[in-house]
Amino acid sequence: GFLIPYFIMLIAEGMPLLYLELAVGQRMRQGSIGAWKIISPYLCGVGVASVVVSFFLSMYYNVINAWAFWYLFHSFQDPLPWATCPLNSNRTGYDEECEKTSSTQYFWYRQTLNISPSLEASGSVQWEQALCLTLAWLVVYLCILRGTASTGKLEQLSNPKAWISAATQIFFSLGLGFGSLIAFASYNESSNNCERHAVIVSLINSTTSIFASIVTFSIYGFKATFNYESCLNKVILLLMNTFDLEEGSLTADNLSEMKDYLMATHPQEYAQLSPQLKNCSLEAELDTAVQGTGLAFIVYSEAIKNMEVPQLYSVLYFVMLLMLGIGSMLGNTAAILTPLTDSRAIATRFPKEVISGAVCFINCVIGLIFTMEAGNYWFDIFNDYAATLSLLLIVLVETIAVCYIYGIRRFEKDLYTMIGRKPNWYWKLMWAFASPLLIISLFIFYLTDYILTGTLQYQAWDATQGQLVTKDYPGHALAVIGLLVAASTMCIPLGALVTFIRKRLKRESVSTTA
Amino acid sequence: MLRVLLLTLSVVAIAHAELCKPDAQNAFKVRLSIKTALGDNAYAWDANEEYLFKAMMAFAMRRYSSKSMTQISNILLCNVTDRVSFWFVVTDSSENVTTVPGSEVEAAIRMNRNRINSAFLLSDKTLQFLKITPTLSPPVEPSTPVWLIVFGVVLCLILAGIVFLVVAGIRQRKKKNKESTERENLEEKCEVTITVENGIPCEALDLKAGHINGVFAADNERFTSL
Repeated sequence: GFLIPYFIMLIAEGMPLLYLELAVGQRMRQGSIGAWKIISPYLCGVGVASVVVSFFLSMYYNVINAWAFWYLFHSFQDPLPWATCPLNSNRTGYDEECEKTSSTQYFWYRQTLNISPSLEASGSVQWEQALCLTLAWLVVYLCILRGTASTGKLEQLSNPKAWISAATQIFFSLGLGFGSLIAFASYNESSNNCERHAVIVSLINSTTSIFASIVTFSIYGFKATFNYESCLNKVILLLMNTFDLEEGSLTADNLSEMKDYLMATHPQEYAQLSPQLKNCSLEAELDTAVQGTGLAFIVYSEAIKNMEVPQLYSVLYFVMLLMLGIGSMLGNTAAILTPLTDSRAIATRFPKEVISGAVCFINCVIGLIFTMEAGNYWFDIFNDYAATLSLLLIVLVETIAVCYIYGIRRFEKDLYTMIGRKPNWYWKLMWAFASPLLIISLFIFYLTDYILTGTLQYQAWDATQGQLVTKDYPGHALAVIGLLVAASTMCIPLGALVTFIRKRLKRESVSTTA
Repeated sequence: MLRVLLLTLSVVAIAHAELCKPDAQNAFKVRLSIKTALGDNAYAWDANEEYLFKAMMAFAMRRYSSKSMTQISNILLCNVTDRVSFWFVVTDSSENVTTVPGSEVEAAIRMNRNRINSAFLLSDKTLQFLKITPTLSPPVEPSTPVWLIVFGVVLCLILAGIVFLVVAGIRQRKKKNKESTERENLEEKCEVTITVENGIPCEALDLKAGHINGVFAADNERFTSL
């Protein structure tokens, strides 16, 4: 059911917009800020907005790489640390929290994140995570050190984010609106066939996304079934022990009948027991599946620990995850660095290494927020709100700018000079009508969704119950969310306003001198 | 005679019943999960198995304290359920009226837990003495956590790469600076501006040492001389 809107969005938005961004970057041969300034001086805000979104993204995204490093380093043990629960203090049984939930979830929430019960309880910086984050930033710095021209053409801009909705997934996985595509394309030769590349990249990206989602969903199903069955077994064991029933008399099939029978025959003891009896439901387990980046670590590590040589598969999986993550990070950092190195004011004073080092250092220091005990909650805030609305707006403005302000005929001519072929009617139709309309409708949908759901809520980990609970965001978190969205979207009108004022002042000074 | 015998038997039975009942003093509840442990090879719990249990308990008490003279008849079982759970007490060997203190029984069981488990082909989880919690063995932990070692290795590699690239970049920039200053110095020495052909000053080119292209050399003979 999800594949149909996914394919529609891919054809209607993904490929045309990818082609558009690549062509713009290749033609203007500049990063996002410079490219949009050439198209129209009023649009310098679009480039700045792209850079701001990329900046927010690079702030929080590298934490995923830090987690991947953490899991990778812990894969060199036998048995894997997330395969068994640790013992409690007097060695009479397993740790309490770990008993209530599974060992993989315990490893993620307690030993990796050391998560606090709510957003307000910030806690301290976890030094192990801070170390891994520093290492992740050092790796990014190493790759970005000599500038993005040396990293070559990175075609694969996919990233391991779980699905949210068809269009946003396409946007995110193809990297539209971040300015990274424009930045990379500006290093292409002028005659590069960006049309063919756009189609190939989006198709390859989609096939790998679909393949990854098939694997992911089958593992979700395995995890849900496993949890459901162990929940049932716990209930059966509890009932058998309390009422001294024969082994094998209680099975999953006759459980509800037996519960009624026991309630009727031993009402007092049953009433004492009922708070501990959970109502196990497969649907509830499946519903908890879609939760975010953390779940990718829990679900895959759970599948891996049941395999034959788990250390090998674990190392391979997390190395792959790291490559994807670092690849995405390079794209984001390129989007920030290219405008900085393009501008004369900064590039002449500082060498490239210092600029990249400064960017990495600032992002690393800010990223330490996400290594605190409440860090994962802030991470979810950034993950959900930093990019979604702003991206839609940026891409919408980009399409309208290229089609109507720059002029689609001029763009056609540019493409003809670059790749020797004019774009056919399909591309032109998409750019001029279909994509903007779709994006506007998506925008309206998102806004109404946010307004209708009332106060925003988040999932917090409750250590006493061993599961996630829903809580409301406190005031300062809501303010941060508003700031995130406003910071990037306001750049566009502000940029236009600033250019307008500057032109006005210049005209006035010219007219007074004349 | 018969009446006295009956009386003593009933007294003994009542005494036994009073000693062994759920939540009695020094009584322990035992729970077995035979089908969970053995599946198809599960044996049925009958009087013979109970006899074996009594024998194992007597063995444990004797092994624990060398003075103990516990007999099988000293172990009393009661309230056997279908779950296979029951209560038992260990009575004093000399008089069948008092029970051995619970702490001693517990210590004896802890000492011989392995032997008791293997007699019934069960484990700590499937043969549970409810008041006696098993001591689980802690996992082996090396002195330095493994992950720090791997982290250290990767960190050193990355830092080495960064240092190498930065130093190479600085050296390259120094070479470029030196070349441009050399050219400036050369221009200052000769007051005439040097003509540069492809980055090489013309004076450095040895024009005479160049090769003569044979195609053009023969031109002199083709054209009529003036």
